[in-house]
Amino acid sequence: MNKKKEIFMISAFTENSVWRQILGICSALAVTNLMQNSLVMGLGVIFTLALSGFTISLLRKYIPRRIRMMVQTLIIASYVIIVDLILKAYFPEISKSLGPYVALIITNCIIMGRAEAFAGKNKPFDSMIDGIGAGFGYMLVLLIIAFVRELFGFGTLFGYEILGDWWTGWSIMIMAPSAFFMLAILIWIIEGPLTTRKK
Amino acid sequence: MEINAFIIFIAAIFTSNILLTNFLGMCSFLSVSREVESSLGLGLAVFFVMTFTTAINFVVYHFILVPLNIIYLQYIIFIIVIAAFVQLTEMIIERFSPVLYYTLGIFLPLITVNCAILGVSLFLVIRDYNFLQSVLYGAGSGIGWFIAILALAGIRQKVKYNYVPAGLQGAGLSLIITGIMALAFIGFSGIVVIQ
Repeated sequence: MNKKKEIFMISAFTENSVWRQILGICSALAVTNLMQNSLVMGLGVIFTLALSGFTISLLRKYIPRRIRMMVQTLIIASYVIIVDLILKAYFPEISKSLGPYVALIITNCIIMGRAEAFAGKNKPFDSMIDGIGAGFGYMLVLLIIAFVRELFGFGTLFGYEILGDWWTGWSIMIMAPSAFFMLAILIWIIEGPLTTRKK
Repeated sequence: MEINAFIIFIAAIFTSNILLTNFLGMCSFLSVSREVESSLGLGLAVFFVMTFTTAINFVVYHFILVPLNIIYLQYIIFIIVIAAFVQLTEMIIERFSPVLYYTLGIFLPLITVNCAILGVSLFLVIRDYNFLQSVLYGAGSGIGWFIAILALAGIRQKVKYNYVPAGLQGAGLSLIITGIMALAFIGFSGIVVIQ
């Protein structure tokens, strides 16, 4: 049990895909203008990571090395289609506002990265835990950025009004550049002061 | 629907830049932009692949997926088309132009997992473009991506030896530069508007 917990902690925090390896930030930037979108996106990525990790690890001995990228992509794409269909059926509003970014989970480098680095070499259940961990770390980053952007941009959180009528939304927070700045500041805080103090 | 295709072309380069407003293709954008030469190679390869895959994916979507009523398979089909096209291009270039192969060749495998390529194909379905609009949108996005990575590589070479606070080196600084570039590109937004 302890080993499972360790795998989770490592892939979620110590080796976090976003701030340690700078992977998968395309979608991290695009959906973070609203908390709700980020949460749904994060859950979709966790689902895909966990199940594709499980499947790829299960099949790892049968996939020929030369075409493994292709096979992995197809496995990931099948799970992404499931996520997309579920969203379209039960949450059509969210699905519409996420637009093509759900489908772009396929090319999210985190999933490919975990498949290559972990699922290809480890047991199915460990890979699943690793996938959940990596997805959790990713969702955490999304939610932190979305928290700041939605709070300052609209004065709301999850669509509920927090800051009241007196607040004037900062339109820069809704526009694209703020996402770049927020992520850069997040990386700066985590990699700079937090990491050096630990040493 | 009735947007002039040329307007889409201009908008894809400046106002709706695939990288600076839609955040697509960030992974290779950050990792390959250390030097101007390599980013030139990757930018050209992206432009080339993007233009042709949008055309192929348009045909595949409207003449195969829609008639057969298997639209839900579009993600898998699109990614296969892209991967196959990249593989094919690699082989053709290797056979006919070794010089070009050495400048572009190493970047081609990277492109399969570049989300900008898949993203453009998905956008043209969502926005319901016709063939000419799709191709020009693909080409414009390719040029926009090319301009963005070239600009970032140029700036990164200039700031290479400057003092940067700990933790901000590498990706952090590139992200801030990209953010400032995105701000600058917002200046174009009055010219044309597409959704």
